[in-house]
Amino acid sequence: MTILFYIFAAVTILAALNMVLQRTPVYSALSLIVVLCSLAVVYLLLGAEFMAVLQVIIYAGAIMVLFVFVIMLLNAGHEVPSHRSRIAKWLGAPLMGAFLVEMLVTIRDQFPTTPAATAAHLDGSPAAIGHLLFRSYVLPFEVTSILILVAVLGAVVLAKKDF
Amino acid sequence: MVPLSHYLALSVILFVLGAAGFIFRRNIITIFMCIELMLNAVNLAFIAFSRSLGNLDGQIFVFFVIVVAAAEAAVGLAVIIALHRNRESLNIEDVDSMKM
Repeated sequence: MTILFYIFAAVTILAALNMVLQRTPVYSALSLIVVLCSLAVVYLLLGAEFMAVLQVIIYAGAIMVLFVFVIMLLNAGHEVPSHRSRIAKWLGAPLMGAFLVEMLVTIRDQFPTTPAATAAHLDGSPAAIGHLLFRSYVLPFEVTSILILVAVLGAVVLAKKDF
Repeated sequence: MVPLSHYLALSVILFVLGAAGFIFRRNIITIFMCIELMLNAVNLAFIAFSRSLGNLDGQIFVFFVIVVAAAEAAVGLAVIIALHRNRESLNIEDVDSMKM
């Protein structure tokens, strides 16, 4: 179990790094799919079976297919490097590094030896999630359906020919 | 047993990679994928805390984040298609003016 986490954490970080460094969007999309699938394995290790399956089906399945479809539809090729925004280059990297170091130090100080599972057992099965979703969170769930309806309408209107 | 801090560290590293890509990339589709990477980093933190606290509410939040990400991807990619039709470009530096 322990070794599995470190293997998949390494795969996730390497794939994410590859995604950010690639200049061709299709390669980035494929790396992102690797990231999503290995994160699903990490979710499984955390006992969140339903979320792991959802991650693979919705994220790696539906959303990334949409991405790859649009990349191929628009024929997105090599990214042209530009030198117009120097502020991102000179200010962005130090700020990102500072943020990373600060967050890692905070995590180390706040949770020095907290084990990942302080509770004895956590049921991440679809039944348990469903009970919670349709009892405590039924209003957000219904609002979500309206959100998806609006998103579908918006996507159709925006992608229409004469917009 | 893997400590909680390692899960959170992985989450932070993924988030910073996504944010760095958001700043340094110029292709609008890649930038969009970096946003998805940041959302996933937050999801990982939610699930790790959910496991640590023995509380399922974190996983419900992940559920909602995934739903919002799906809606966002549908609308965002439609915007990108409309943009590409009008500007013939996917470089964000070609779309920095508000009027055509």
